[in-house]
Amino acid sequence: MTLPADQQLADYRDYLLRYALYRLRDEAAAEEAVQDTLLAALQAKQGFAAQSSVKTWLTGILKHKIIDAQRRLCRDPFQLDERVDEDGDSSDFDSLFDTQGHWGSEAPRNWAKPEAALEAQDFWRVYAECSERLPKRTALVFAMRESLGLEIDEICQNLEISTTNCSVLLYRARMSLRLCLEKNWFGLQA
Amino acid sequence: MMNCKQATRMVSAGLDRKLALSERLALRVHLFLCERCSNFARQSRFLRQAAQAAARRDKSDAER
Repeated sequence: MTLPADQQLADYRDYLLRYALYRLRDEAAAEEAVQDTLLAALQAKQGFAAQSSVKTWLTGILKHKIIDAQRRLCRDPFQLDERVDEDGDSSDFDSLFDTQGHWGSEAPRNWAKPEAALEAQDFWRVYAECSERLPKRTALVFAMRESLGLEIDEICQNLEISTTNCSVLLYRARMSLRLCLEKNWFGLQA
Repeated sequence: MMNCKQATRMVSAGLDRKLALSERLALRVHLFLCERCSNFARQSRFLRQAAQAAARRDKSDAER
């Protein structure tokens, strides 16, 4: 059995960091997950023997570290303001609706040719800015559902949150993203 | 009769689980009458498309 050299592990660091960042949407958490991964790799090199490549092996370890990190992010006391009541209340978007629950002045407008935006480099800059405005937990759940295509049950299980909680976070993500994109992109396209 | 706030929640829920027949019907009637909520429904589906496209962009970055 050949052990990967320290240098070899370091070579994968950038790849692992991007992999973790994409799933965690949090730089500090991503860095920590990668560090834990490299540490675990150095401590348990025997696990490597059966694997086809160092990259696959490291990614395998990282996946577990990411799940741990996702759970930690969800329990982060700084995210307490994002806690939702079990009745699924999303009162933070109440201001968009009148007392009868009908749209107020910021009602969704018709977006002209939204698909064309996907080809525009500038659109992705706006999209990134809008995504970054989402609270971390909301962004994480949205990414798991819409980017990774996980089922809501899987997400709840992984993050140890209730289905209602999950639905509310997804609703908030959609409300917030569409509002931001309309203000900063689609509303500006004449 | 469903209001816009309830309709937006239902649209969002419909992207994550199969709605019950009664929910689907109520939503369909609302969307038929409400252009603004129809816009919201289209935009929510577009967000999915955009998130998937964003993921492909991130992924090609990560594999570079």
